[in-house]
Amino acid sequence: MIEFRLDARSGVAPYQQLVQQVRQALRLGLLQEGDQLPTVKDVVARLAINPNTVLKAYRELEREGLAAGRPGLGTFVTRTLADASLTAHGPLRKDLTRWLAKARQAGLDDDSIEALFQDTFRASHRQGVA
Amino acid sequence: MTAALEASQLGKRYGQRWALRDCSLRVPAGSIVGLVGANGAGKSTLLHLAVGLLAPTSGTITVLGAKPAAGAHQLARVGFVAQDAPLYPGLRVAEHLRLGRRLNPGWDAHAATARIQRLGLDPRQRAGHLSGGQRAQLALTLAVAKRPELLLLDEPVASLDPLARREFLQRLMETVVDQHLTVVLSSHLLADVERVCDHLIVLAAGEVVLAGEVEELLAAHRVISGPARDPRRLPADQQVIQASHTDRQTTLLVRTTRPILDPAWTVSDVGLEELVLAYMSRSTPSLQSGDPGAVLHDAAEVRP
Repeated sequence: MIEFRLDARSGVAPYQQLVQQVRQALRLGLLQEGDQLPTVKDVVARLAINPNTVLKAYRELEREGLAAGRPGLGTFVTRTLADASLTAHGPLRKDLTRWLAKARQAGLDDDSIEALFQDTFRASHRQGVA
Repeated sequence: MTAALEASQLGKRYGQRWALRDCSLRVPAGSIVGLVGANGAGKSTLLHLAVGLLAPTSGTITVLGAKPAAGAHQLARVGFVAQDAPLYPGLRVAEHLRLGRRLNPGWDAHAATARIQRLGLDPRQRAGHLSGGQRAQLALTLAVAKRPELLLLDEPVASLDPLARREFLQRLMETVVDQHLTVVLSSHLLADVERVCDHLIVLAAGEVVLAGEVEELLAAHRVISGPARDPRRLPADQQVIQASHTDRQTTLLVRTTRPILDPAWTVSDVGLEELVLAYMSRSTPSLQSGDPGAVLHDAAEVRP
């Protein structure tokens, strides 16, 4: 079971934040086919948000074919986004952790690290490297 | 969808002052409505009219299809927590529950007791000795134990610390899921409103200046900024809600349902707080005159 968070200042609509968190959990293999998503009541009791926000997020996930509601039981994951590349996550994460340590050693703060990453990410997209 | 609350040209006058006037709105059943406005804007007046504690001076209001407080049956369908969660300070928590059971035909004693337990309230504690957060929770417990279809809350969290506020809203949202309630809550805390409400009513100087579904309202407004220019030269479908100018730049909050095509503008979405503040600060023409006689005159014209 995953636990949702809400960042009120992110500028991303609350229901979109929930959708993104499920997608991310699916990509990282934290959620798998057959897993149950928290019930609407659980989510609103934890986050103090409008129930319709949760319903809307779950409808969106259903529309994308990632989850399905079973009447009286709840909403369940129907498809995973993690693929064969999941095994590569471990080593890549290690590389990235090492790189982050190097960046901090070089005196970059969090904002600079994020800016550098985003910029490189976009540049490599443009060059067709990624 | 059926309306939980419907008002048509509703007005309430105290002596010469209209606390609320020409108020027309519709609250769909099942929605959670944020009622927002400056102090004295008419929020409490509107809620008191809905409960039936006040009678309208003009216009009509229907609650769940009937006149407010039209009889015992109608009273049982509406829950109301007035400002500052009024309780009997000398009565114990358990005595409040007993009182609720005696006074309300549809009282859910089991749910009320279970709720008090879950909240960790001591049934023997006197209400006067409870913390602000506990008082608010007890008042909410009493209001929902009568199993209302519509719950009206007047500034339920205004005096609470952030943690008690969050806990109150958590329990409230949980109850909405369990009991399929319609909720109207007035609040100054726009971050809370944004989190829990799907509908919005903004009152300013006794009049409704903005009302509707939050998502639709946000989608119908844009902030545009660009080189300084006269906002009167905008396309006809763009209504300027708020304008600010520097010598070089003009920033406008506009209401429009069409895309903004002029490449000179930088267009961005509007947040709920920004939107509400813009409408709240936009005063009505009759008030800008600063002449109370003019207000009265206007009102008399609307309602001869």
